[in-house]
Amino acid sequence: MAYEAVKVKKPLTLILLPIISVLTFFLVWELIVEFDVVPKTMLAAPTQVGDRFIDKLSDPNPDGGTMAAHAWVSAQEAFLGYLLSLGIGLPLGLFMGWFSVVRGVARPLFELVRPIPPIAWIPLTIFWFGIGLWGKVFIIFLGGVVPCVINSFVGVRMTNPTLIQMSRTCGASDWQIFTHLCVPSALPMVFGALQIALACCWTNLVGAELLAADQGLGYMITMGRRLALPELVVLGMVSVGLAGALIGMVIETVERRLLSGIRR
Amino acid sequence: MEPKIVCRNISKVFIQKGTQRVHVLEDISVDVKQNEFVVILGPGQSGKSTLLRIIAGLETPTTGSVSLDGKEVAGPGADRGLVFQSYMLFPWKTVLGNVELGPKLRNVAKKERREVAAHYINLVGLKGFEKHYPHQLSGGMKQRVGIARAYANNPEVMLLDEPFGQLDAQTRYFMEKEIARIWETERRTVLFVTNNIEEAIYLGDRIISLKGKLPGRMHELYEVQLPRPRDNTDMKFLLLRQQISDASELVL
Repeated sequence: MAYEAVKVKKPLTLILLPIISVLTFFLVWELIVEFDVVPKTMLAAPTQVGDRFIDKLSDPNPDGGTMAAHAWVSAQEAFLGYLLSLGIGLPLGLFMGWFSVVRGVARPLFELVRPIPPIAWIPLTIFWFGIGLWGKVFIIFLGGVVPCVINSFVGVRMTNPTLIQMSRTCGASDWQIFTHLCVPSALPMVFGALQIALACCWTNLVGAELLAADQGLGYMITMGRRLALPELVVLGMVSVGLAGALIGMVIETVERRLLSGIRR
Repeated sequence: MEPKIVCRNISKVFIQKGTQRVHVLEDISVDVKQNEFVVILGPGQSGKSTLLRIIAGLETPTTGSVSLDGKEVAGPGADRGLVFQSYMLFPWKTVLGNVELGPKLRNVAKKERREVAAHYINLVGLKGFEKHYPHQLSGGMKQRVGIARAYANNPEVMLLDEPFGQLDAQTRYFMEKEIARIWETERRTVLFVTNNIEEAIYLGDRIISLKGKLPGRMHELYEVQLPRPRDNTDMKFLLLRQQISDASELVL
């Protein structure tokens, strides 16, 4: 039998290398601070950050919230903003790609708004929403929506034209070609958008919280600066980084499941 | 009896990039009878694929008309199944998913379309590969999927555009046998485009040869009276082959 089920093992080095790389990074970082290559007032060692993390799990001082409280606030903002940008950006981009009416109406407006950096919206946002949750959600949404629209738009535009013709010879309607062909063939680009938008959202989350917040990971970073506590700053940064990487991994797993035929 | 497909005085001129006229076909008239296997034979750049695409409804003729069962063709439809040279399978769908595409688009119930798909997957010899994705298949197998997909629409007419152009010689011979077998199992009106003289004689009831270079014109008509299954080392086969290749000297 030419087609036989077998298990393929990943070479050991490919499993070990990422682990070694991360461990070395932290070790070098620790040593740099330990031996005062960089003064302790400017950078905190990983162990200090770890200690601070354990403190912050239960102690709201010195910045007014426990780790969980900050993380919860940030996660809420980020997820709402992210979901909103996916919910609006992806359909908009997909429709823009296939339906010329939508393209004609939305494209010029989108191109006008797109170059404005989300942070520039902060003053208006404070007028409209105050410094509460929804203002930050709005900023995060603005950051995430742009890559969503662009990627899904380009994804649909890249649909193989011969496949479109093939679908027509099978008797497919415009709408069926959109749902059966354009959307699935845009999926790799759409999943790219999920990752890029996430990065944009997360970046803007910190930006929004630096300026207008009383809680959240970005706020924790600001407080670390005001109180001259480098380990608090680093802890905030690491948390943002880890959470982002975690969500990225989840998205990648989902992507691999869904796109089994396209990417191998 | 009225022929199944009637092409009358078709010519086609493309305007490329808004400024260039390309004259592709000139005064082509072709009739195809019900359940006949007609081969359109022509060298590269003789407009044969364009002719097929016009019959499929993907292009409109500049002058002339195409009718199917007396009704003029106005756009693509499921009554004409097209098999592409480059397979054109949905890479994210399995063999089964690709074959059942047509019935699915026409909202045929799941159970029924699965039966249809299973039948044609079996007919093209891919039983056991239903769950495989296109990238796991060889070229010949992909084209079998393309053929099964076209059949699954239950079209009145099958249009095949150099379906074996991308296959190696051995696989090509094998697939020619297969397409003859499939056609004899489930008769359809077939219009088969190729640039390969031997393939044309092996498959066709009639061969319509086109004159290259552009614009493509009608050249000769050949009736192939050989019994099926044909033997491409048979004397009569080789004589016809000689006759056709002598007549179709390329003018460069």
